[in-house]
Amino acid sequence: MVPVECYFVLSALLFFIGVYGFVTRRNLIAMLISIELVLNAVDINFAAFNRLLFPGEFEGFFMTLFSMGVSAAESAVAIAIIINVYRNFHSDQVNSIENMKY
Amino acid sequence: MDYSQFFNMIPEAGLIAVLVIVFLADLILKGEKKHSVLSLLTGALFICQTALCFYAEPASVFGGCYESTQAANVMKIILTAGAFIVLVMSQSWLERADVKNKEGEYYELIISTLLGMYVMISSGHFLMFFLGLEMASVPMACLVAFDKFKKNSAEGAAKFILTATFSSGVMLYGISFIYGAVGTLYFGDVAAQISASPLTILGLVFFFSGLGFKISLVPFHFWTADTYQGAPTAVTGYLSVVSKGAAAFALMTILMKVFAPMVEYWEYLMYIVILLTITIANLFALRQKELKRFMAFSSISQAGYIMLAVIGNSAMGLTALMYYVLIYVAANMAVFTIINVVETRGNGNTKMNCYDGFYGTNPKLSFLMTLALFSLAGIPPFAGMFCKFFVFMAAAEQGSTLAYLVVFIALLNTVPSLYYYLKIVKCMYINQTETPLPTFKSDNNTRFALALCTIGILLFGVCSCVYDWLAQAAGM
Repeated sequence: MVPVECYFVLSALLFFIGVYGFVTRRNLIAMLISIELVLNAVDINFAAFNRLLFPGEFEGFFMTLFSMGVSAAESAVAIAIIINVYRNFHSDQVNSIENMKY
Repeated sequence: MDYSQFFNMIPEAGLIAVLVIVFLADLILKGEKKHSVLSLLTGALFICQTALCFYAEPASVFGGCYESTQAANVMKIILTAGAFIVLVMSQSWLERADVKNKEGEYYELIISTLLGMYVMISSGHFLMFFLGLEMASVPMACLVAFDKFKKNSAEGAAKFILTATFSSGVMLYGISFIYGAVGTLYFGDVAAQISASPLTILGLVFFFSGLGFKISLVPFHFWTADTYQGAPTAVTGYLSVVSKGAAAFALMTILMKVFAPMVEYWEYLMYIVILLTITIANLFALRQKELKRFMAFSSISQAGYIMLAVIGNSAMGLTALMYYVLIYVAANMAVFTIINVVETRGNGNTKMNCYDGFYGTNPKLSFLMTLALFSLAGIPPFAGMFCKFFVFMAAAEQGSTLAYLVVFIALLNTVPSLYYYLKIVKCMYINQTETPLPTFKSDNNTRFALALCTIGILLFGVCSCVYDWLAQAAGM
């Protein structure tokens, strides 16, 4: 059996890889992928907590299911907006979309 | 399943009905008359909805997932009224050719964000709260991107949706720690079982930073200025007032209800965040040349003042918060209505120096703008002074030396804020220019919105019955 800590180490790693990617990536799609990593870390956390600490209950599983559904909706809207950005700026690089500053 | 429970959620059920009716009307109506019929229908439905909220009773539905208190119901009235003013003021913008054919979508998006805020402020379970928050912020991104052919709108929307999803991810991560510590997500059960441990403190900090993004408190405020500047002006008004007010209310109720046993931890967090928010936002607002961007920083600093009420951690604080949001709705919407009408009638310009000599050509509008700015700055006869007073009092009632210090620094910060609000007044009255904005006659919708806002600015401060009503709802 996999030791308990592994789940949380994995989820913490995923979370911080996501945060690091969100901060350092210069491409809108890559930033979106990083955000998905963060959300996946959350899903693992909820499922693992529920399975290992509170077996027999379902709140964590429900939270995971809903968070997956919501993140799908979010990425749909985000991709639509990124397409719109691409049409306006002909680029999806962060450096090129800086009309507004300070 | 017992569907009759939905009858206990009167405001939400009513708003869903409004959404369906507007959607069907948008589908069925065709031709020349569509614009006027649709806007009248939506306005009438919103007035009905506001009236309906008065009849809402406190209720606990679906095993406590949805918990509506008297204060939440009053907050819903305030939010609906704010959204109504947004709808009225956006009419002059909706007449533009490239937006006109998407009018129905605009109403539907506004209504669905409002529904999300309803769910968010009357949730009794973290899942419900999360769903409400997302229902409020995902359609909001579509609203920010509504000016499809404008570069700024697309840029602002991209920044908004990316930070919004990121912050909700961070918030969920915090909630997962709290779940791991107590094993439940119901607010009541969490409050009964939570105690300060490294895990719950980590959860609290992550949760707080997620919500801080939504309210645009300072370490998390970077999206605000760009999104506010890029969004269509009516949407900026909606973002800065209604959505911020709802998130602030939700944060306060959750901190008071769920994290009550950890109060000594989140209090220090609040002190630091409030001081940073007010001070840094004021410093940035001083140097702005663009009016919408300026209003963004002004709204960040106002959010800091709203958060002062949270320090109070009492029914009085809750009253002060609702009162502040109510008056902020009136004052800020007045400013945005005028920015909107100047933008549509002028050449789409929102630079501050395009208001030079505004008094000479449009004396009435500039007078109303002055009233609203005075109210935002907190000059005595207007409502803004009273709401600032109550917020400071609620924070000072908390009684510790640190709370007094925070209140004192916040008080000092009203001085630079007065300076930068008066800078716009100076532009309108004193600065002279060769080419002032032409005189224009504002349409009836703009006048109606401005009349509502001005009544709010002048009366809400003087009539104590408003404050009494809110205090009674908050259980004081």
